[in-house]
Amino acid sequence: MAEREVSVLIGGRAGDGISSAGQIIAHLLARNGYRVYMYFDYPSLIKGGHNFAIIRAADEEIGAVREQVDFILALNQETLDLHRHRLRDGGVAIYDTGTVKQAEGIGIPVKEILAANDAPPVMGNSAIIGAFICAAGLTWDTATVVLKKSMPKETEKNIRIARRAYDLSEERKVIPVTGKPVLPVLTGNEAISIGLVEADLEMYFSYPMSPTSNILHFLAGYADDLHIRVIQPESEIAVVLMALGCSYAGTRAAVGTSGGGFCLMTESLSLAGIAELPVLVILGQRTGPSTGLATYSAQSDLHFALHAGHGEFPRLIIAPGDAGEARTWSRTALDLAWKYQVPAILLPDRLICEGLYSVEPDPEKRYAAGPVKADPGVHPYFRYAYTDSGISPLRFPPAGGEIIRVNSHVHDPDGITAEETGVTREMADKRMKKMEGLTREVDGLDPVNTGGVPDAATALLCWGSSKGVCGELAGKLGLRLIQPVVLWPFPEKAFARAMEGVEKFYAVETNQTGQLAMLVSMFGYIPAGKVLKYDGRPFMVDELEGLVNKVIS
Amino acid sequence: MTAHELISRAKNTWCPGCGNFVIQHALKDVLTGMQAEGFPLETMVMVTGIGQHGKTFDFMNLNGFYSLHGRTIPVATGIRLSNPDLKVICLTGDGDSYAEGLDHLIFGAKRNLDITVLVYDNRVYGLTTGQYTPTSPHGYRGRSTPGGTKEYPFNPLELMLSSGASFIARGYTHRRDQLKRLIREALVHKGFSFIDVLQICATYNDMSRYYDARVYDWDETGTGDYTAAYKKAREWDYNNDARIGLGVMYRHEAPVFEEGYPVPHPLPPEEKRAWVRKIMDERG
Repeated sequence: MAEREVSVLIGGRAGDGISSAGQIIAHLLARNGYRVYMYFDYPSLIKGGHNFAIIRAADEEIGAVREQVDFILALNQETLDLHRHRLRDGGVAIYDTGTVKQAEGIGIPVKEILAANDAPPVMGNSAIIGAFICAAGLTWDTATVVLKKSMPKETEKNIRIARRAYDLSEERKVIPVTGKPVLPVLTGNEAISIGLVEADLEMYFSYPMSPTSNILHFLAGYADDLHIRVIQPESEIAVVLMALGCSYAGTRAAVGTSGGGFCLMTESLSLAGIAELPVLVILGQRTGPSTGLATYSAQSDLHFALHAGHGEFPRLIIAPGDAGEARTWSRTALDLAWKYQVPAILLPDRLICEGLYSVEPDPEKRYAAGPVKADPGVHPYFRYAYTDSGISPLRFPPAGGEIIRVNSHVHDPDGITAEETGVTREMADKRMKKMEGLTREVDGLDPVNTGGVPDAATALLCWGSSKGVCGELAGKLGLRLIQPVVLWPFPEKAFARAMEGVEKFYAVETNQTGQLAMLVSMFGYIPAGKVLKYDGRPFMVDELEGLVNKVIS
Repeated sequence: MTAHELISRAKNTWCPGCGNFVIQHALKDVLTGMQAEGFPLETMVMVTGIGQHGKTFDFMNLNGFYSLHGRTIPVATGIRLSNPDLKVICLTGDGDSYAEGLDHLIFGAKRNLDITVLVYDNRVYGLTTGQYTPTSPHGYRGRSTPGGTKEYPFNPLELMLSSGASFIARGYTHRRDQLKRLIREALVHKGFSFIDVLQICATYNDMSRYYDARVYDWDETGTGDYTAAYKKAREWDYNNDARIGLGVMYRHEAPVFEEGYPVPHPLPPEEKRAWVRKIMDERG
């Protein structure tokens, strides 16, 4: 349990820049030695509609928000109307007197401040943030460091606006400095992008789709600095096929999408399976089915990822639980895809993709396994040569006189189409043989996280973004936390180790059917109960506590 | 590699009289000719779709990617982006690129990707035994349309012209020497080169007599004139009984897609680490 924590909600209309303002608040708190997590809630539109962000900060690592908050920063009346009930006793509302009437708290004449500085309405954020800095007793000097970093455009004007509101505000509820080292704050999408870069990504292809569009934007923005290329093709079908063309020719590529786009990619996932072409798909889950809730979250594509594509072929599925894991495991996923020449799927959910997390700047060493390359002296080269591991060493065209063939049909070692029973079976065996090595290798990579009270006989089983909320709760309620990160090949051994001494466990998932519970039941683990939420929103800490207590008792 | 060696050990399974033989041998002759002039065959990659045309992948000793139905061009795009020293030819069918993969064809032309697309246009699905395709004539009676199709074919040449293809030609499998010339010129052309090959299906749609009575050679002077090309494209709409022009219809130099994305040198590891540190510092 965190000894110190604080929660801030900021809200306004879409177009008010709530996401950026939330990020600045997260950075302000991080600068004061807090570990932060931000949940951003927005409907699928550009202007109008209600947007809000909850930033929670604590003196230890967190990955979830609470229902209640200590500060509400309201850029409009709707924010107070919708969220007033969340304000804890002694909490402070800071609002724009131009748009919010008759509220208790600190009123700031945003419009007047903007007019005095000849500033556009979107800079109203800076005023509200300035007032918050004062109300929370944060030092102005530290705050300006953050403001300067966060607002590279019109920096001086924004700081002037913030300072004016700071002066008009008053200290109400002091957020003390923790004295802990300052950690950087990243979104899951940024963490994934960094992981890909660290795994020597050369090309990224994506068709825009929430919640992974920001990987496309982030990588495109840094493409020249990073010497990588980022392309937006005509469809997700083209996206994944371009990546497969790259892997045929020896270029490391990844693609990003969500469920709807992944539907279009499944044809080629199967192609990657039989042609043994490495590719990494970032599948950011959002609420389905179909268009569903375009900007909200779910963990409902696990079985889709498990079974996507016709036919049987080896694959790797990894579901990181926060931004730190997203960075490490996107790196590992790309490396493993290339080593084993399989399609890999990184399966974050929208809460991770667009959530903001404190991360370790320099995590453990990269996994780093290069592809198995062929000895160029060996003639003739066969792209699908049989080996003990099932991995056929790679060469790429041009390869002297050697012919490099990859084929979507059943094929012989040389890649020529074959229909005979023997080669059909032997090639299927060769492909599946790779799964044995991959399973062994994954077992050595800590594929299952445990937490909470490690020797407790009752456990919470979760995956993905529920890691944060379940971990926190497990600690508080004296439960064990079990969070498999690698979901396929299912890490049976590591899971068995994590489950040692567990008498009963409960699955906590943001889907309707308990998809992880179903998966573990295939391996003989039957949950005593399930806590499921499928309204697009995350479990909040206090909410989940009530639900877990109910199901356990 | 000799012409003989270009033909693989795989057993040929096309019907006797199939137009595919003509295209395969035309391709073989063109490639051996180019090789003799110094073109390294190891840099040639063939990307095939699914259909009778696709079997060319197995029947030739060339680097190749046997892709999915309609899905040659995005694969070719990836290969070209990955290594622009590779010369890529997409072999595809009318069902393949005009139906299932039409969007990719249009986008390939729009980007003026530097590849050659050779469409085996037999105007029928052969592999799936005789259904109509986007270029089958109106009223075509196939196994899925016993009462005749109710839709008109579209005109691939007109479509390619308006999409931005920078080399557009039509060949015919009964005009082998001309076809060889067209393939060669298409391969040499820098940019998106497209050849619609009228090809007979000996089993399901043998239009030899129909074509033989109507084909003539286009005057190939002034092929850079868009309006003239448009007129040529519109002369025969794949349905009326007009004369059918063969040869290069349009040729134009334009910037190619891949040149906008040159292959960079990988960033050295220490610079990559420095970039990560910079990001972490900005977010700290």
